[in-house]
Amino acid sequence: MTTDVMKSIIWLIPLPPLLAFFLIILFTNRNKAVSHTIAVGAAFLSWFGSMVVFYRAITTEEFGKNFFASSTNWLPVGLIPFKIGVMVDPLGAVTLFFVAWTVLMIFIYSVGYHNFGQPKGDHDQAGLPPHGATVTDVHGHGHKVPSIEPMYSRFFAFIGLFAFGMYTLVVSDNLLTLFVGWEIMGLCSYLLIGFWYGKPSARAAMIKAFITTRVGDVFMLIGIAALYSFTGTLNFKEIFAKEMLEKLADPRLGGFLGLSAAGIIGLLLFIGTIGKSAQFPLHVWLPDAMEGPTPVSAMIHAATMVSAGVYMVIRMFPLLTAGWEEGMPLTPTLTIMATIGAFTALFAATIALAQNDIKRVLAYSTISQLGYMIAALGIGAYVAAAFHLVTHAFFKALLFLGSGSVIHGVEHGVLHTGEHVDPQDMFNLGGLRKKMPVTFWTFLIGGFALSGFPVLTAGFWSKDEILADAFANKWPVFIVLALAALLTAFYTMRQITLTFLGKPRTESAHHASETRWTMTVPLVILAVFAVGAGWVGIPEHFTGGLIPNWFHEFVAGTIEKHLPMVEFNIIPLLTSLVVALGGLTLGWWVYRDVKAGAPDPLQKVLGPLHKVLKNKYYLDEINNVLFVRPAYWVAETFTYKFLDRTVIDGILHFVARIASNVGPILRNYIDKPIVNGAGDAVGEGVKWFGRRIRVIQTGRVQQYMLIALVFAFSALFYYLFTLLRP
Amino acid sequence: MTIPLSWYLIFAAALFSVGMFGVLARKNAIAILMGIELMLNAVNVNLVAFWRYRSPENITGQVFAVMVFAVAAAEVAVGLALIISVYRRHKTVVADEINLMKW
Repeated sequence: MTTDVMKSIIWLIPLPPLLAFFLIILFTNRNKAVSHTIAVGAAFLSWFGSMVVFYRAITTEEFGKNFFASSTNWLPVGLIPFKIGVMVDPLGAVTLFFVAWTVLMIFIYSVGYHNFGQPKGDHDQAGLPPHGATVTDVHGHGHKVPSIEPMYSRFFAFIGLFAFGMYTLVVSDNLLTLFVGWEIMGLCSYLLIGFWYGKPSARAAMIKAFITTRVGDVFMLIGIAALYSFTGTLNFKEIFAKEMLEKLADPRLGGFLGLSAAGIIGLLLFIGTIGKSAQFPLHVWLPDAMEGPTPVSAMIHAATMVSAGVYMVIRMFPLLTAGWEEGMPLTPTLTIMATIGAFTALFAATIALAQNDIKRVLAYSTISQLGYMIAALGIGAYVAAAFHLVTHAFFKALLFLGSGSVIHGVEHGVLHTGEHVDPQDMFNLGGLRKKMPVTFWTFLIGGFALSGFPVLTAGFWSKDEILADAFANKWPVFIVLALAALLTAFYTMRQITLTFLGKPRTESAHHASETRWTMTVPLVILAVFAVGAGWVGIPEHFTGGLIPNWFHEFVAGTIEKHLPMVEFNIIPLLTSLVVALGGLTLGWWVYRDVKAGAPDPLQKVLGPLHKVLKNKYYLDEINNVLFVRPAYWVAETFTYKFLDRTVIDGILHFVARIASNVGPILRNYIDKPIVNGAGDAVGEGVKWFGRRIRVIQTGRVQQYMLIALVFAFSALFYYLFTLLRP
Repeated sequence: MTIPLSWYLIFAAALFSVGMFGVLARKNAIAILMGIELMLNAVNVNLVAFWRYRSPENITGQVFAVMVFAVAAAEVAVGLALIISVYRRHKTVVADEINLMKW
């Protein structure tokens, strides 16, 4: 196949899910089977296209220089047409790879998660999760079974639109279409978090997510506008041209607070990432976003959308590092990134320690892992950040889908026993390894990958690379990240132990059952990647140069700057071994034997600190006091009561009062006597005249005849006597 | 020995007057209708007479008379239908009592 065919395929990759969205919304929303067939089929087409492109990409020599790109004129701006187009370079290719796989797996998983094939619920409503249906068997016994999601088709339409947004973002060759995809995903995130809009918590979460990410997006848009005004282009390759970067890095051009133009723009774009990838302090929306259905949590809030934020900064890496060389002190922008990333990594990991909701733990671990990537990028570890982005997407999607499978399996138990227990609270679970073997093993693999279990798992290799980079460049970052890795391993094992090991702590967990194949097959496939995705990036020194570090060579080709591999050092390697194994062992040891109803063992160890962690450092409350309530105050007291009611209404009332005084004067002295008088006079006159002459209309036909005759004779006589007079 | 035109005209005028008297003086609506027929026929006599004495080479006078016959027939049909309708409703054919069109 030629490069031209590749370009056409790249243009086409995002389209099938968009088409599926419109088809489902407009035509097939009544038929659930057709809807999910269309959606999964579209996801499959995009997946297939992505795989073809990926295969061609990895088989092309020096793909970093011979990447696929195609663009077309879109909008004439002055004399220069603004171009949009598609591009797949090494970074784009690996991103496309993991996006295509996770999206397809999540689409398939959703079919099972929303109980396709189950009966309609007894009293399910649109906007609320299904409550279960009663089925009577041949012996006349009633059974509670899961019921199908009432808004099944709508879900597939939304995730279709979402997939379109993500694919658009990945194949974009410029910041503008990237931003379009970015915002489409923001909308879909809003719609999908609030998918069960009947729940007040889901409504609150959707608004919170939308508004919080909006804060970041505004800055990002300013950054894009600034970039365009400086360079006159938004195309990545044009921006990253050597002369352009030198121009942007020149402190004489648009410098501000000691930052170069590139630094300022980078910082603004990075704030967009803070919002999208849930970095401190805009991370608050992500845990609440767990209100959505689990496939949504997996797709939007682990595998793709939050990755998009990191993808964008990795993409902009040449701009962020303009004027900076390896070995130089970090620029302010990079320092900020490294600080925020490392801080978020540790900060979120500590919160995850004290969460009991199985999905919330994963949400905080996502925040923490994204912090890792940002920190890696902040210290200039371009490839390591990209590597962790890929591996994280696989194992985090796996973990989320696994947690959804757990919840689903335990909901079976809840329906069976009729208990009122929260299937998401890990302290209600336990002992699920025998009930749900596939979920257990895949979750274990995902959890080990997240913790960085040595050698086998993907997480180990990517995390190790970040740690090695950090150790070589910035030791404070290294310490913070190592500490975060220890906590990660600990809370991951806590989660696995509480959920799967030991004995069931409730009847529902005792009666849990394995989920169906549509849910377990994606788990197995993602588990394969959670292990295998790491093997492509094994450092050369580790195997003694036996296997080349394919990932490094491939992705490093994306940018012109030479990225040397990190010198081998035993300390970071030992550290990651110790923290991973130590954290896992400790997590198992502390939680190995938690009885039903017993408090969290950490509570005793940490004391009051545990309460702080459980309440997420009271950040929601602080935000509430600092932003939400002032916003309400401004809205209520200033805008509504003062500005609206007093000032604007006052002016309007004043005008109204004048008008209501002038009006009667006009009415009494002009309208009533003159206009009305004239009008009435005409009418009354006609009436008076009509009343006078109506007597001649007697209704008797002979009288009419007589009158006509009289007039005819009169006319005749007049004629004879006047006109014919000689 | 020919009959002069004036005789026809006098006859037509007399016929017309008889018809008009009937229209004005009779109470019965059918009689009024018959009066109208007489007036129409008086006109026809005039038309035919003038044609015969003034321009016998043209056929127009006769055509005109035929037209008047046709119109008269149609008018009688409509008039009688109206009278029947009025009779069914008011049980009367006396013209003076039929004053539905009064103000």
